[in-house]
Amino acid sequence: MTEQVPRWASETFWKKTAIWVTGGSFVLLVFLTFDSMKQISAGGPRVPAFSVINKDISYRFDKTKQRYQPVIGDEAPLFGKVLTEAEAEMLVDHGKKTVQAKNCMNCHTLLGNGAYYAPDLTKAWMDQGWGAKASREQMMVDFLLDPEKNARTYGSNRKMPNLDITQPEAEAIVAFLKWMSSIDTNGFPHNFRAIGEEDK
Amino acid sequence: MTLQAYQEKAAVCWAGCKQNYGVLMANPFLSGGQKLAVHYFTVAMVLFMAQLLFGLLAGLQFIFPSFLYEILDFNVNRMVHINAMVVWMLYGFIGSVYWFLEEESGVEIVGLKWGQLAFWVLTGAVTVVVLVYLLIQIGAGNDTSLWLINEGREYIEAPRWADIGIVVVMLTFFYNVAATFAKGKWSGIAGVLTLDLVALAGLYLAGMFYVTNISIDQYWWWWVIHLWVEATWEVLVGCIMAWSLMKLLGVRRQVVQTWLYIEVALMFGSGILGLGHHYFWIGTPEYWFTIGGFFSALEPIPLVAMVVHSIYDAGAHRFKNSNHPALAWVIAHAFGNFLGAGVWGFMHTLPQINLYTHGTQWSASHGHLAFFGAYATINIAFFYLAMQQARGNVWMGGDLANGWRWKTAAVLLNLGVLGMTVALLIAGYEQSFIERAVEGSTWAGYFSAQNHPWFMQAMVWRMVFGLMTAVGGGLLFWDLLTIGKGETRSAAVITNDAVTQEIA
Repeated sequence: MTEQVPRWASETFWKKTAIWVTGGSFVLLVFLTFDSMKQISAGGPRVPAFSVINKDISYRFDKTKQRYQPVIGDEAPLFGKVLTEAEAEMLVDHGKKTVQAKNCMNCHTLLGNGAYYAPDLTKAWMDQGWGAKASREQMMVDFLLDPEKNARTYGSNRKMPNLDITQPEAEAIVAFLKWMSSIDTNGFPHNFRAIGEEDK
Repeated sequence: MTLQAYQEKAAVCWAGCKQNYGVLMANPFLSGGQKLAVHYFTVAMVLFMAQLLFGLLAGLQFIFPSFLYEILDFNVNRMVHINAMVVWMLYGFIGSVYWFLEEESGVEIVGLKWGQLAFWVLTGAVTVVVLVYLLIQIGAGNDTSLWLINEGREYIEAPRWADIGIVVVMLTFFYNVAATFAKGKWSGIAGVLTLDLVALAGLYLAGMFYVTNISIDQYWWWWVIHLWVEATWEVLVGCIMAWSLMKLLGVRRQVVQTWLYIEVALMFGSGILGLGHHYFWIGTPEYWFTIGGFFSALEPIPLVAMVVHSIYDAGAHRFKNSNHPALAWVIAHAFGNFLGAGVWGFMHTLPQINLYTHGTQWSASHGHLAFFGAYATINIAFFYLAMQQARGNVWMGGDLANGWRWKTAAVLLNLGVLGMTVALLIAGYEQSFIERAVEGSTWAGYFSAQNHPWFMQAMVWRMVFGLMTAVGGGLLFWDLLTIGKGETRSAAVITNDAVTQEIA
């Protein structure tokens, strides 16, 4: 390197550039974070309130947007009981804590994030594997309580272990999964046919 | 063997450890900071071995699902596998900084005693966390479990009590770095390093609270994961690399520091908003498609710049150096970082392809090569630099006694990880097409992709290359413990002047 370093290659030029670029990017990120928080709060435009578990939730292709998105339907209370917003939040919260304490994310993915040893849970609530909407809730609870006996391995021999999940925890997990399936995930997963949507 | 025999064996082993520890603490070639660094490096290598072991167990479960069923389930093995990785990387980084802190600042470390205490506290905490992971594994669905057993959030599963401990230890480390530079002299490397550590410690706080709303949960979770791995860690490694290049090749400080600033500008300029590529599908607004797609597509640029920089330096300095293993690993770092983090990341970063690759073995493929290429390699390079100094700054170039060991270990590790990456990529392609594109991500679709012969073959090949990696890891550990023993030739002093004279 010669003694006469052009300005664009000098240490001070890049030092200042580094500071301005980092500062600018971070300020923009903070601004976008405020906006994103507003939009993804429960009850906001993209993430429904917890009491959505009182409704029927499905997933359909939107021709205008050219992607799939959740569809909130008629009354369909979970376990036959209509909950207030506070009760629903408490139930979903219990479900979320159980999902964390049982370390589900190191086998499954949630919203596509986690491990890849077991199926994605984003739309697990509306998976066709549950057969019919009427028997779904009970099947999910039974499966969580005794996953070995009620194994759903699809020929893979990969069984979920028994995680000592209690009845209230199992119901709470189902509530959490139902609520999570209502989140607008920008069309992920694509081409997913929800239970009850087979002929549509 | 009887219990008494086991006790006797344990006593012998303990005495051996104590003796080795005494030798380390009496080593006349190492400064206080460097001795502390060796502590960190030793635990890092132990954790690296744990990472390999639990990776093998988890990999085997893909092929034999009944293996260790309800004893050490996949989620436990996988958690220990990735946590051991995160922690050994951090141990390597902290150790590397402690290694050069005194030389770079020109003074002794201000709070060495606190640094030593923090090391033992952190190591004790890590041991307890791992034992709880293995022996207790899971808890009831309440706050107590999240505080004492497992937080259940990938990569940052450590229970909350440990989070607080980690922050305290990181603050001690930060104090030592900032106060030592403040007492001695600042440099470009020192300034970037100090500010980067503020960001690194601060970001960890974003992962230390619980929320019911999973979209908000994952929003902040990515602040920790992405802004560590794809921003602050990269810059931290940039500082370590900058110092290593001066040491290994005698590159001029001005050149190294200018490049470091360029890297910071490019890395943070692309990486901070590149965070948006994790915000495509978690409930966050659609504008993240554009922002995340655009900025994350720029993320490989600094990594290309690093390769150009390295090739220039290596050419300009004619590879003249006296630590061949360290230089080999620095080269592995330059290419591994570019390929693993840059190319493999870019391949599935745009939303149009990520819609199908998200949550598949694509991510595992990228993860393996990126973490290895970007971080494991630079740590290993530093371990070799440390061993050279610990042996009395001996020659570690050509004609090194037992030189086959480091070469074989390097070949096995690099080929092993590359092989796993390709195997996982094939599994990822297959999963993206069959599970996502064709079958629409139902559970039945998931399993038809998992049961497909292409997927199963990929898992077998991953296992073969995983074993190769593990053998390489074991050999590396053995080599680090013995390299340079009995070597009497001293290392050539590499300075920029010496190199310039030779070229002239």
